[in-house]
Amino acid sequence: MVDSIFLALSVLTIGSAIVALEIRSLIYGSIGLMLTLSGIAGFFLLLDAPFVAMFQLSVYVGSIAVLILFTVMLVRRELIFNKIEDSRRRYAGIGLMIIMMLGIGTIIIGSGLKSMETDTASVDYKKIGEDFLTYYSPALIVMALILASAVIGALALARREDVTSDQRTD
Amino acid sequence: MTNALIDFVLVSVALLAIGIYGLSVKRNAIRMLFAVEMIVNSANLNLVAFARFIPNSQGQTLALFSIAIAAAEVAVGLALIIVAYRMYNNIDIADFRSLKG
Repeated sequence: MVDSIFLALSVLTIGSAIVALEIRSLIYGSIGLMLTLSGIAGFFLLLDAPFVAMFQLSVYVGSIAVLILFTVMLVRRELIFNKIEDSRRRYAGIGLMIIMMLGIGTIIIGSGLKSMETDTASVDYKKIGEDFLTYYSPALIVMALILASAVIGALALARREDVTSDQRTD
Repeated sequence: MTNALIDFVLVSVALLAIGIYGLSVKRNAIRMLFAVEMIVNSANLNLVAFARFIPNSQGQTLALFSIAIAAAEVAVGLALIIVAYRMYNNIDIADFRSLKG
């Protein structure tokens, strides 16, 4: 059986996900996305993975959501409050969502996952650190290079080419 | 632990379905990025949940890698949205008609 913390977290996560997609203002939408990501971090805490939860909080809530918030603020004001979608597509999308939920949900409920519970102790997070520095260290280096190149690429993409250095006022 | 694996998997399925709804219906580029984030997060939740119930540590490691890659993806995606906004003065993806520079 589920406990009340799980229920509250799932209501928070799913509800703020719907709010993030459906609310009119994009700024409130990004705050809703922030709440969804925090709810996922709460699930990680429930799953005895505090390291992943803190990583989620610092990377997703701390950097990605703030980055999205700043990008939203760069956009013109009337575009932030403008909902662009047609209603027929919307009903088709809601139908697709319900079909997916019911279909995959019935498949999962009918499968053998239902009996899967555990009494064993969770993995110590020191093990994750050891894994990162021993077996996964080439992957860690490659990931660092990917992150660096992605950030440099993002900076190069978002650079304004029409402003030269002698036009700046400062 | 009182919660079974199937509860976490069902929450993850609900989040995945909401994300796919957002991707298929919304035409606002930033909202589509929200939807992509939800899908990635449902995958991460699945990884950590299965890693808890098996139990092993590889699932958590893979989830950490996935979170880091998603951060890079969002940075590049937001830069692309800013470039497209500067070019078309709009964030409606139906207006992004050409990929020529």
